[in-house]
Amino acid sequence: MNWGGWSDFFAMGGYALYVWGSYAVTLGLMVMEIVLLALRGRSIHGELGRARKRGGP
Amino acid sequence: MLAPWFGVLAAAFCAAGLYIGFFIAPTDHQQGEAYRIIFIHVPAAWMSMFLYLVMAFWAGVGLMFNTRLSGMMASALAPTGALFTFIALWTGSLWGKPTWGTWWVWDARLTSELILLFLYFGFMALQAAIDEPRRADRAGAVLALTGVVNIPIIYFSVRWWNTLHQGASVSLTSAPTMAATMFAGMVVMAFGFWFYSIATALARARCIILERERATDWVADYARVPK
Amino acid sequence: MIAGGVAALAIAAALVLSAFRQNLVFFFTPSQIAANEAPQGRAFRVGGLVESGSVRRQPDGVTVRFVITDTARSIPVVYRGLLPDLFREGKGVVTQGKLAADGVFYASEVLAKHDENYMPPEAAEALKKAHEVSVKAAQTLIVPEGGGR
Repeated sequence: MNWGGWSDFFAMGGYALYVWGSYAVTLGLMVMEIVLLALRGRSIHGELGRARKRGGP
Repeated sequence: MLAPWFGVLAAAFCAAGLYIGFFIAPTDHQQGEAYRIIFIHVPAAWMSMFLYLVMAFWAGVGLMFNTRLSGMMASALAPTGALFTFIALWTGSLWGKPTWGTWWVWDARLTSELILLFLYFGFMALQAAIDEPRRADRAGAVLALTGVVNIPIIYFSVRWWNTLHQGASVSLTSAPTMAATMFAGMVVMAFGFWFYSIATALARARCIILERERATDWVADYARVPK
Repeated sequence: MIAGGVAALAIAAALVLSAFRQNLVFFFTPSQIAANEAPQGRAFRVGGLVESGSVRRQPDGVTVRFVITDTARSIPVVYRGLLPDLFREGKGVVTQGKLAADGVFYASEVLAKHDENYMPPEAAEALKKAHEVSVKAAQTLIVPEGGGR
């Protein structure tokens, strides 16, 4: 283990802004990509479902 | 559907990589805890270059053999490639400020990676601007293939020119110049990002296929099967 | 609108590429400066190592003088401002500024350049000790006249 406690961990030796700024943006962007993809998938399935109901493509 | 399984793998590898990176790998004698950005920065940079090569490959195959699926695969890869390029640049900037003393320099490594981001954006913008999918694929392919030269430039920039960015710590021809646990964390994260990329590319390709082929019988049949 | 976006990207790429070409020689080494390869009359960058023992803080508390060396040639530098955390004697440095007629480089920016080695403090200590031992061994080695062997 590397850290004396959680406060040491969050402080990252004084580099908290840089380290957590990197990790937070990375996580945020990856989550955003997944969400946008899921919405896109839902949208196309919804559209196809409606087309099916109308009786054809 | 394979994408969710790769997503699970991605989450597992990233969790393991982060654990190694924060709880097993020691601090660095020179950069202190700031170096821990490496566990995202390097894998993201590797992905940014690798995904571009895969994208250009599929685009080239589609151009040469006029196959539809290849072009769709290239289009499916672009946004994730752009994402990792941006992440490499962003984390690099946050890493540069406390270590080098600046958020940015126009040295060969940083500049060529920025150009890579523009290539990805250009590819996506070009395809969005052209309505007819086959023409869009072809135009994108020409741009993607032209930009392939940038990849060796990015990689060898630190060797060919004087740069602020330091040379490679990891190479195929020599031992890594980093502690084993640090190296392990980086490699595990790289696999995590790779599986993530496969998952997003597959999921996006599925959307693209359904969108483009929505007028066909097989898609109509596919839609008829209840979810 | 998309065409406008593509055009904006093309312009941005052109600007970036021009910055690229300008900075292809990102810094000059002291040897290159001694050989008159550095640009005259405009700002450029010098890169090398901070010569050990050369860092002198001036009485005004803001100015610092040091020497950049590439082990063959060296350049004296004067700088007013904050030095980056990683600025160390014996380590890499890249500085931007102008070369004065007296051969002193007046820097407007100093950046630290670190190497590609990553290791914990204990490993660095062990490496330093091993280096000191080998230096000591080389100094105490007695070589016979005429080269021996």
